[in-house]
Amino acid sequence: MTARSGTGEYAVAEHTLVACHDCDLLFRKPRLQPGQKARCPRCGAVLFQRKRSGMDQSLALALTSLVLFMLANAYPLLRMNIAGRVQEGSLLTGIEELYSQGYWEISALVFVVTFLAPLAKMLCLFYVLLPLRLLGLRAPKAELVFRWTEQLSPWAMTEVFMLGILVAVVKLADLAALTPGIALYSFAGLMVSMAAGDAMLDDHEVWERLRSPREATGD
Amino acid sequence: MTKHATTAAEAGYLLCHCCHLLGRPEPGSVRPRCPRCGAVLHRRKPDSLARTWALTLTAYILYIPANLLPIMTVTMSGRGEPDTILSGVKELIVGGMWPLALLVFFASITVPVLKLLVLTFLLLSVQFGSRWRPWERTVLYRLTESVGRWSMIDIFVITILVAVVELGALATIEAGPGAVAFGGVVVVTMFAAMSFDPRLIWDRMAPKDGEVSSHSRPEGAYRMQR
Repeated sequence: MTARSGTGEYAVAEHTLVACHDCDLLFRKPRLQPGQKARCPRCGAVLFQRKRSGMDQSLALALTSLVLFMLANAYPLLRMNIAGRVQEGSLLTGIEELYSQGYWEISALVFVVTFLAPLAKMLCLFYVLLPLRLLGLRAPKAELVFRWTEQLSPWAMTEVFMLGILVAVVKLADLAALTPGIALYSFAGLMVSMAAGDAMLDDHEVWERLRSPREATGD
Repeated sequence: MTKHATTAAEAGYLLCHCCHLLGRPEPGSVRPRCPRCGAVLHRRKPDSLARTWALTLTAYILYIPANLLPIMTVTMSGRGEPDTILSGVKELIVGGMWPLALLVFFASITVPVLKLLVLTFLLLSVQFGSRWRPWERTVLYRLTESVGRWSMIDIFVITILVAVVELGALATIEAGPGAVAFGGVVVVTMFAAMSFDPRLIWDRMAPKDGEVSSHSRPEGAYRMQR
């Protein structure tokens, strides 16, 4: 990364216009009230969405998610009782077991999308939002880290994993007596808190706040 | 100024794919970056068509072993029966779990197939410079991009089964080579959707008369138009 200005590496920002990311149509930036959405008139893509919630909600939900995430991975997901023999397994035992069966590809894939990506996403959010909210400061390399947060989003598949648990429970139900573990409830909660966090995070607002001081105010 | 340009590209602007800031690159800059977030700016996603074609074809090829090879083998008291994606769905139907069977069928079979077909259709339509219903094609693209991750369900089911069931002689569940191929299909199609640039659909559409860039409508009136 080079210096932030005057290098020629960086483009010059234009704050009064905006373009649609799906069809490239150019128009003047709309001024939105909280809770309003702006859609592209040509292709219908959602361009801006001003959320009613602020950073406090986003931070609170990120913290909730982090606590639930720890519980979800520290405790067993399911306890099974087959003919008097009791067994329990968690997400991480599954990943380990896949690895030891020689399927390192699936093991790595599951590890990334259910463990690494959600965790990294939460930590990145904290790194960017906490200093902004508490001190009004931009953490070093905050733009880069917030960019990672956005790029990690499609790979954090907590809610898909929750459905996977549901299907697995049904498949196992006729095999043995099942007891749900703490992690199962934690995952359910995690799914809700992560989805709510995504819905409440106003990324445009965060970008605006991260903007370097030399740029003019948009809206 | 750029009062009459319809698109950012025509006006010489580059849209940041990450933070959606519009920027105008300095003349002669080789790899202009976004002034706000530092991402490298491109007029269109680089080599979008070639990359999407390559990834889509890869997924087609992987799709064959994903469906033919067993995704897991359940061994109950010495008898092993390999399970493919389809037999897993059948098992759910036989067990009377048809809502779940529908869900798994949809996520593991319908979604990947439709996704590949839609991507192929979009690629062909752009390749042949089609001007047919760009709005609908863009919606198709958005759907394709958002629904792909749900295909991972089966992989997760295997992970949980493997985690819970390891009872030595009584019962074991082992993953199968089909699962590797299927995981590959999901990941590769996700990358394929990400590498496709929907703006290419619109690049083929010449601006209509009377369409101007700066709408003089009141704020908040950006509604869907067709």
